[in-house]
Amino acid sequence: MPLIETIDLCQKYDEQDILKNINLQVERGEVLALIGPTGAGKTTLLRLIDLLEMPTSGKIYFHGRDATKSSKVRFQMRRRMTFVLQKPVVFNATIYDNIACGLKWRGVEKSSLRQKVNTILEMIDLSAYQKRNARTLSGGEAQRVAIARAVVTEPEVLLLDEPTANLDPLSVAKIEELITSIIRQYGTTIIMATHDMSQGQRLASRIGVLINGEILQAGEAREVFASPRSREVAEFVGVDNIIDGTVVSGEEGMVAVDIGGNKMIEAVSPYPVGEKVSACVRPENITLTLSKAATSARNSFRGQITGMVSLGPLSRIEIDCGFRLVALVTKRSAEELALKKGKQVYATFKATAVHVLRRN
Amino acid sequence: MTELWEGLVTAVKLIISLDPEVMQIAGRSLAISLTASLLASLACIPLASLIHFRSFPGKRVLVNIIQTLFSVPTVVVGLFVFVLFSSAGPLGGLSLIFTPTVMVIGQAILITPILLGLTISALSGVDRALVDTARALGASGGQTAIIILREARYAVLAAVIMAFGRAISEVGLAIMVGGNIRGFTRVITTAIALETSKGELELALALGIILLAIALIVNFALNRIQQR
Repeated sequence: MPLIETIDLCQKYDEQDILKNINLQVERGEVLALIGPTGAGKTTLLRLIDLLEMPTSGKIYFHGRDATKSSKVRFQMRRRMTFVLQKPVVFNATIYDNIACGLKWRGVEKSSLRQKVNTILEMIDLSAYQKRNARTLSGGEAQRVAIARAVVTEPEVLLLDEPTANLDPLSVAKIEELITSIIRQYGTTIIMATHDMSQGQRLASRIGVLINGEILQAGEAREVFASPRSREVAEFVGVDNIIDGTVVSGEEGMVAVDIGGNKMIEAVSPYPVGEKVSACVRPENITLTLSKAATSARNSFRGQITGMVSLGPLSRIEIDCGFRLVALVTKRSAEELALKKGKQVYATFKATAVHVLRRN
Repeated sequence: MTELWEGLVTAVKLIISLDPEVMQIAGRSLAISLTASLLASLACIPLASLIHFRSFPGKRVLVNIIQTLFSVPTVVVGLFVFVLFSSAGPLGGLSLIFTPTVMVIGQAILITPILLGLTISALSGVDRALVDTARALGASGGQTAIIILREARYAVLAAVIMAFGRAISEVGLAIMVGGNIRGFTRVITTAIALETSKGELELALALGIILLAIALIVNFALNRIQQR
């Protein structure tokens, strides 16, 4: 039995669909990341799961019990979870009292409360400041207090809404470290919303892609990133190369996709001849060379560099091969090959690096 | 002019020498208005929380009515309480008319709209995310109300002080239901009205200075609180 199950969950605000038929199962101990663009409905879904608001229709089961049944049941169930809102608001009280509030509300006895709060204060590295007013904390510190305040109650489910939104990179790293240690030490089931897909990949064991109020795909992180099930998901998970074409030949699971202009992309795919498809290639799977190399890779296209953007240690390179391709190479490689705008290169990728999607 | 000056000097002497009558009247005023403020606060703060946190039909209208009643004339409340507690009234059997008790009741009724209205707006001023945070951390309805009241504590305290200010400075109600009985229901405002009409300016002025001093202290406290 899943720990949390939602069945056909719908939410409307002013006749506008915010969530459409959400069917989600979360197992005990699982870390699920809901990824999707801003406004996709992630926060609303978390609020529904935490029973802070009622769905327009659909059911939420917690331990197999209908959690939306009555306000009493909702309250009992909500006490077994905690939810860290996107905006880390703290109460106008000391850091200690902020962290202790959930335990006080649950009637936890004083000595056990003190011990639990002290343990978590050490975990977030704020023991020395426990008597300080929480209002004086920086954004990153306040978020650490907000997460600690939720975790200290030892919830069965921890819901996190964009835990690192609007934080500086150092604070982001600290929060991610904290979440990782919570997963390790407490084994808490976590559902977190994030628009940062790499964060989802780093922290979660499973990913649900929520776009326009619908879960378009859910599965293991690797699977979602390598084999997106639709164009929307592919675009969101960073597949920069989505090339439309038609399957023109196929045998033994290998297909050739005609992408126009006498160009073919070879791929491993089950689709039959005549099927209209999109070939998806992740930019990091494209190799650039200055001359045509002898290689086992099935796809190689000659093209001209039309743009280069530096992304930290990587360079994002746009190539016009008669169609647009984006490749991600290390800055060092780009320097060694003296890549620059206007230069001719060969873009090469393996047939197994192509994920073929059927077009609607 | 000299008469006024002499009156003022005598008034200050009355205050400095802790004149028994002046002190008694001022003490009674403080006791009645503080009691009224305390009792009204005990009733109104939870009630205001209930109105704020519950949604029900007609809520907006109710809040509008409460705000309109901020400026209800004290004599109207006086009339209402008088009719209620006069010997022929529905609560006449309690024989409370012309006692300090009925003055406390009257003042408590008078300041109820201010306390309710200002407490509601104090609670509305608290970040909505704090309410969600409390609930998301497992607070019950009551626990949420308490923590949000704590967040709004300075604004709520300001509401109580404003209410006390209105209670201690009103005169119509105190005369109508208290009767201005010397040594029993005579308070600062009723005494000033009476002494002035008698031409006894010294006592009136002394009490006026005390009332002003109270108003000053109240305002000073209010300013300090609102700066937090």
